This record gives sequence, structure tokens and C-alpha cells, in this order.
Amino acid sequence: MAIKIRIPTPLRSVTNGADMVEVQAGTVDEALKNLCGQFNGMEKRLYKQPGELNRFVNIYVNDEDIRFLNNLQTPIKDGDDVSVVPAIAGG
Amino acid sequence: MSYVLGLKCRECGEKYPQKGVHVCEVCFGPLEVQYDYAAMRGKVTRESIASKPRNLWRYRDLLPIHGEPKAGLYSGWTPLRRAYNLEKVLGVKELYIKDDSANYPTWSYKERVVSVAITKAIELGYDTVGCASTGNLANSVAAHAAVAGLKAFVMIPHDLEQGKVLGSLIFGPTMVRIEGNYDDVNRLCSEIADKYKWAIVNVNLRPFYTEGAKTFGFEVAEQLGWKLPKHTVCPTAGGTILPKIYKAYQEFIDLGLVADNQPKIYSAQAAGCNPVVEAIRAGHDLIKPQKPKTIAKSIAIGNPADGFYVVQAVKQSGGWGEDATDAEIVDAIKLLARTEGTWTEPAGGTTLAATIKLINSGRIPRDESICVCITGNGLKTVEVVVDQLEPPASIPPKLDAFDALMAKYQAQQTQTPAKVPAGV
Repeated sequence: MAIKIRIPTPLRSVTNGADMVEVQAGTVDEALKNLCGQFNGMEKRLYKQPGELNRFVNIYVNDEDIRFLNNLQTPIKDGDDVSVVPAIAGG
Repeated sequence: MSYVLGLKCRECGEKYPQKGVHVCEVCFGPLEVQYDYAAMRGKVTRESIASKPRNLWRYRDLLPIHGEPKAGLYSGWTPLRRAYNLEKVLGVKELYIKDDSANYPTWSYKERVVSVAITKAIELGYDTVGCASTGNLANSVAAHAAVAGLKAFVMIPHDLEQGKVLGSLIFGPTMVRIEGNYDDVNRLCSEIADKYKWAIVNVNLRPFYTEGAKTFGFEVAEQLGWKLPKHTVCPTAGGTILPKIYKAYQEFIDLGLVADNQPKIYSAQAAGCNPVVEAIRAGHDLIKPQKPKTIAKSIAIGNPADGFYVVQAVKQSGGWGEDATDAEIVDAIKLLARTEGTWTEPAGGTTLAATIKLINSGRIPRDESICVCITGNGLKTVEVVVDQLEPPASIPPKLDAFDALMAKYQAQQTQTPAKVPAGV
């Protein structure tokens, strides 16, 4: 078992087309850092600076926005689903 | 003739050709259409605009299409009305209602964004369009897609008002109710757009879609006699329209079509979903998402994608933000109906209620021109007023019965003073 990170289309150019990447991690931050370690160019797409995501990057853990949880320090466990989602216009 | 140069990321400046792409692949920032404003000078004039038919496409030089418009040929050019009765009630000198509750064919400001998005979808070769919607957008996508002969998939939160649901279904789209709030629907749609390669108007056509909202601001300026209101109050949900109205004003200023009166713009939200107003009050750019809880469902977006740009536009213009409780929203809906004969949905009630509070707090001076942006129609949201209105009396068809009723009313009138709307 591992953490599954779902990759949206705009990031798949970085993941060689993969829409799902598995990592081992105990927090969201660790999971994303692990992801950044695997793929060149991922870090600048996700992070503005260490510990701070780009303004339009939304991260969900099992369908909940991490800003309702403990942000990047949100704990995660094997089998959890982490999604990277760009912000969307309203309607 | 098109003045469009391409797309550019608002955050990092990365450039893209025109295609169905909505976020920057470098930083996830939203993409914005770039125009050749230098080439417009002397060609896009008051006269060139005024010579075109009275619909939103009279501003097509400032919209991101290449060929002829394919949707919305009868949309836009909604009334901008001087609200004399409301001026008296509120004690202000010059108040206007820009009334998109009368926008054809589905009675909301969404005709503006959808007309551009559907035209663009056809230009880009899509045969299927869709949207994530709190109702109005779905209505508009369904109607315009029907006319254009496109397949439509509209996704909505499961708990919308019946008028909003039927207002889409009648046009024959595939509608899916998602068991979650709007932010859940939105997130799902971003994944659907990825997988199904449809033109989801507010997702992968977002850069083109949002430009359509400028026509609201263009019309206000032109209908006011080629000048800008000093204060514009606008509802905020996902954050599309407010920055685009402000952009429209700035484009007209830059092209020399109106004088720069340094217009101020204000964001109105429901108290039960006010992430943008909270950020404005706190003086920071970070929008903290919320779980919406308000009767104003059309603007119940807790995670507004363009909230940051609303805060920027408000701040840059010297405006402010204000929110309204559900009770204030209903009072304002009734006030607008009973003074100006316009029945708006809760988003419009929110905007008027916020305007009243901004006037009473002194943020908006009583002696300067004010424009209240009404973006939706109350006939779609009867649920919010059904228990707030006195049910009509029912009598037998006899003059005696009618006389008795009148006598009863007369007795009541002498007992109780005339009602003054709350919140004034």
C-alpha cells in the first residue's frame, strides 16, 4: 500500500503522461516533496517557496481541501488519495 | 478582424496559443486573453461600437473570437435604469440598476460568458459543451447549446432550486446532480474536462468565457452616455464578473472612449459564504475557503478561483467589500421589487443589501453615482420568498364578501403604520 497522488492534465507533461503516482509519506508536504523528487520541474509548478504552494494549486486529501484540514502538515496514511487540482472559474 | 494576440498566464507571464487550455502549465495560474490594443486605437471608437446591433456582440472587437458570433445574437444590451424610487428610499442622489435579470434567453448575466464560450467552442472544433454550475450557467449553456446544435452536459450541486433545475432540463441537456456543494462539482468537472475532452465552458474555455463578462461593464459605460459610474457594486461568487467589469472600464478608459473618473468597485457576498469579503476586510490576498451556508445558492462558492483577482481589483480601485445575512437578502429582494419593479434572485438581493450597508457606513457617498449590478432573475428562486410573502385572501365571488374584505383591510390600516423595509 502507498499514497496515491492524482495528477491533473496540466502536470502530466512533467510526469511523462502518468495520471497517478504512488509515494510513501506521512504528511501532504512529504508526499508532494516525494513527488517533486521523482519528476524534474514539478517543484516550481507546485511550490512558490518551500512550505508555500502556488496560489492556484489546490490539494485535496480524500475529497477534502487541505485548507480545511492542517494544510501541508495534514497527516496521511497508506491508501489515502491525494489530488492536485487547479482552481476553476465559477458559475 | 480579430485583435487577439494569444493567451498569457496572469501569474508568471508564460504565453500560449489559443486553445482549450485554462491553466498555466508552469504555475497553474489562470490564462488571460491578450489583445493588440495599439491596433485598436482609432478603429474601435464610440461610433464603430454604436453602429453595431444592440446585443453583446457590439463589443466583439474586445472579445476573443475570430469569425462571426455563433451564439447570443440576441443576448446582452439589458436595461440600465435610473432607480428614482430607490434613490428616495435610500437617500442617495444618483442610483442605477444594471438589470441582467432581463438578459435573454435565460435571464442572467451568464448569457454573456456563454455566448463567447460557445462561439469559441465551435471555433476550436468541439461538438460537446458542459459546465459546473450553481444553476444560471447551466441554464444558459443548455439553451445556447440547443440553438447551436451542440451536445450539452451540465453538472450542478444536488440541492438547487427547482426553477434552476427545470430551467436547464427544458432545453434537453444531459444534467447530472452531484451529491456535494458547488466546489465539489467544480473539482469533478476539472477531472471530466481532462478525461472526456469536452469544452467545459468554465474550465478549459475559462480564458475566453470570462472575457464575455466584460460586456456587462461595456454596456454600463455606453448606456450611461459614455461615462462610468463612480461606484459599482457587484456580487462575487467564483470571482469572474467583478474583475472583468473593472477591466472593461479600464479598456474603455485606455481606448479613450470614456473619461477616467477613477471608478471604484465593491464586492458583495452573502454572510454565509464570504471568503472574498473576509479577505478584503482583513487586508490580505489569501482567500480562506469556506463551506457555504446561505440561501444565495447562485453565489455559494466557498473556494472562489478568481477571488484573488476580485481582491486585487477592489483594492486597486479603492473600493471595499460587504456581506449580507439571509434576512437582509430577502428584505432587499422585496425592496427592489417594490420600488423598481425588478424581481431578482438572492444574488441580486445580496448586492442591493450590501450597497445599502456601504451607503449607511459612509463607504459610498450619497451624492455620487452608484451602479448596482443585478445578475439574475427571481422567478428561478421562488423558494426563498414563498414563505416571506402574505398569501392572498380567498373569497367567494360576491360583492358582499369583497366589501367585508376591504373593511377588514381598512381597519388594519388604521391600526398599523405602513411598513418600512428593513435594512434602510
